[in-house]
Amino acid sequence: MTAVPTEFPAGRRFGDRIGDNALYAITAAAGAGVVVLIGAVAWKVFDGSSLAFSDFGLGFLVHSVWDPVHNEFGALSFIYGTAVTSFIALLLAAPIAIGIALYLTELAPRAIRETVGALVEMLAAIPSVILGLWGILVLGPFMLNHLEPWLQSFLGWIPLFSGDPSQKGILSASIVLTIMAVPIIASVARELFVRVPAELKDGARALGATRWEVVRGVVLQYTRAGLGAAVILGLGRALGEAIAVTQVIGGTVNIPSSLFESGDTLASRIAAQYQGSASNLQTSSLFYLAAILLVFSLIINLIAQLIVRRFEHTHIGAS
Amino acid sequence: MTQADTMVNVAPIEIAQRRERPQTPTLRETVFDIRNLSVSYGKTPAIKDVSFEIYRNQVTAIIGPSGCGKSTFIRTLNRMNDLVPSANVEGEVLYHGVDLYGTKVDPVQVRRRIGMVFQKPNPFPKSIYDNVAWGLRVLGMKDKLDDRVKRALEQAALWDDVRHRLKKNALGLSGGQQQRLCIARALAVEPEVLLMDEPASALDPIATARIEDLMHDLKNEYTIVVVTHNMQQAARVADMTAFFGLEVLPDKSRTGILVEYDATQKIFTQPSDKRTEDYVTGRFG
Amino acid sequence: MSTTPPNIDPRAAALFQTDGRLRRRRIVNRLMEALGTIASLAAVAVLVIVVASVVKNGWGAFSVEFFTTSPSLSGFGTAEGGILSSIVGSILLVVIATIFALPIGVLVAIFVSEVAPRKVADVIRLALDVINGLPTIVTGIFIFSVLVLAQGQSAIAGGLALAIIGLPLIARSAQEVLRLVPTSYREAGLALGAPRWRTILGVILPTSLGGILTGTTLAIARVAGETAPLLFTTSLAVTTSVTWDPTQPVQSMPLTIFQYAEQPDPSFHEQAWATGAVLLAFVLVVSLISKFLLARSRRKLTQ
Repeated sequence: MTAVPTEFPAGRRFGDRIGDNALYAITAAAGAGVVVLIGAVAWKVFDGSSLAFSDFGLGFLVHSVWDPVHNEFGALSFIYGTAVTSFIALLLAAPIAIGIALYLTELAPRAIRETVGALVEMLAAIPSVILGLWGILVLGPFMLNHLEPWLQSFLGWIPLFSGDPSQKGILSASIVLTIMAVPIIASVARELFVRVPAELKDGARALGATRWEVVRGVVLQYTRAGLGAAVILGLGRALGEAIAVTQVIGGTVNIPSSLFESGDTLASRIAAQYQGSASNLQTSSLFYLAAILLVFSLIINLIAQLIVRRFEHTHIGAS
Repeated sequence: MTQADTMVNVAPIEIAQRRERPQTPTLRETVFDIRNLSVSYGKTPAIKDVSFEIYRNQVTAIIGPSGCGKSTFIRTLNRMNDLVPSANVEGEVLYHGVDLYGTKVDPVQVRRRIGMVFQKPNPFPKSIYDNVAWGLRVLGMKDKLDDRVKRALEQAALWDDVRHRLKKNALGLSGGQQQRLCIARALAVEPEVLLMDEPASALDPIATARIEDLMHDLKNEYTIVVVTHNMQQAARVADMTAFFGLEVLPDKSRTGILVEYDATQKIFTQPSDKRTEDYVTGRFG
Repeated sequence: MSTTPPNIDPRAAALFQTDGRLRRRRIVNRLMEALGTIASLAAVAVLVIVVASVVKNGWGAFSVEFFTTSPSLSGFGTAEGGILSSIVGSILLVVIATIFALPIGVLVAIFVSEVAPRKVADVIRLALDVINGLPTIVTGIFIFSVLVLAQGQSAIAGGLALAIIGLPLIARSAQEVLRLVPTSYREAGLALGAPRWRTILGVILPTSLGGILTGTTLAIARVAGETAPLLFTTSLAVTTSVTWDPTQPVQSMPLTIFQYAEQPDPSFHEQAWATGAVLLAFVLVVSLISKFLLARSRRKLTQ
């Protein structure tokens, strides 16, 4: 009869404990590092802007001059450019993306759903510098020679569409941003629409409603919160895009009244000055721009993430 | 013949003889005249060659073992099978003499006249009022909306429960209340027929009893067809009962067929077909 | 086919009645369906147009020389030579990024799925999502202030910026696959008396390799195409020769495209398109590989 051990070898347990503790410590360090990273980014960016902040204070936000020669800097024209391009991009991208998502989940013949869906996602995989290149060399001339004159012929009486058509400008940048935002919003929206319970849609159809009426009355309402998060995620993308925008927006410091004019956004102005600054103040002002961009982006991102998390929570609760 | 033999390998000629009409007094009016209805999903057969008539202001129960196509059958009555791309419908479903699957018929119109309540209560994520009002608004029946909503809720025996909380979210109601809300929602658009696909199977016995009472009340104004896997329920509520069974085809696939259709009393006390007798006496199923 | 009696019952006749309202509803329905279809076609069309532009316009610059020589500075203002230095630089940057992002990403994933209490895990998951949403230009500025101001530009700096971008992708994929590992594996390990670290390293991690690989390829596809993080960290590179030295700034394909696009001479444009074609091909192929890997690891783990 084998003896039943009444204690376990201490040595082996010690080794186990060290191993476990080491694992916990290392992985916890990685986890903590992730959180610390965000803090570090914020800190360094704000720290780098301290010179400009001490010189300009919050007035920087409402000053629309950017003059390296006289060392006078302000963010207003870029905040304006960011706001306008993002707004137009979302205005165009949201309905298009939701339309695509609805098509892919409700309308399209099953056989092509996967393929078309994959193609739309491939649009998101295109590096922004290539879209920017296309924007300069293909979209630009098209804007100059076709789209903008066409818009002007209809809507030229609105100040937004006045002035000379141009290759680079607010409108070009907005279109490029739209192309980038659509796949992101569409892919989130698709996930949402697929999860709408079939019996909910059946119930609506059984009353004698058309497909669109079911979408409008039931599907869109059911996914309302998630769609909001999707659009906000798209906004985050548009807000932070530096490369493609700087390639097609013209890079001027002004508050354009027409969409055909050139301008600049926060991200694109930072990108445009990568080759060097004339002074420490200019560098610090760039950091100031980055700080503003960071704050906008963090707020937007957090709002989107909170909506997503709350949305998951309520729907699990309801079912 | 063994019990198993009676269910499988039935000669086709016996199937044809199953198309007997129940003893109908001439007062009964036909709402649905189903003729040689067969449905398959892609290559998989679901029901085969079903023929019988459904009468006005009656509760007609569809009973049978699982897999015999009861749900498929009832969903052909309001063209809900259209929503399944692979569904293939053959034969005719005559509604007051007009084939529902005829070329000029709009399924949207069909579903307005022939309403449906589902097994799992599926209220919209809206308020109680809006659940009932939604169909009315979509279909353009917006005059006296409040009255229509009230009437529908009264008909579904839900008005007293919810009259003081019409703006509350429907998802806060109990399962039985939600199902009655779905009934109210269906009745609001003034259909002639109400199809019910196992309406009480997800509910507790008390809620079930209330639904059964409701069926009894509603048949004065509507024609009701109810699918149920609960024989006792059919015996309690139905005037006519259709028993669906399974048939094995030459290629070993199984399809649902109509075995017997008669007054409920006769089905449960003196069934003409042995298969019916075996089912209702609980020998299998 | 329908046997309609000559006098249609008025209740059935209701099935055929069309009033203005119904007609309008049908038209609106058709319209919306058309719009959805058009939107999808438009998206696919844009993809096709962009890819076609890239291939068509860059084709002329393809040659053996294009891939095997670096640019040479000629005095004529036209593009001379190829993009070898960019290709090598991109490879170096991606490798550096992976070296940093992969282990940290896996460690974070293990922490979140196996070690951390629920609330802490939620916070870290949120943090990962926030990092994922950071504007890449800000990430570049961050590394600029941490490393470049003191030490000058370098491939390491660029690689680190890219690593920050790739980290959430790797961590997310690793997390997903760790979650799919059946609890029975963990329980079996514990039941044998093995310590947690042994079970995680010896059983769970190897099972999750497929998902980790997927995440890594996703990250590679993403960071290979990034330009903004490189602007302040590795843009002042010697382009005329190949550098493998990570402490020096290196040229890269996205940056080449960015710079050549602004040049006036069309020969630069052609090379920009061609570089874009190479980059695009790389990104799309790696994306497809990652999708394939994802499907495969899902299949294996849910069997």
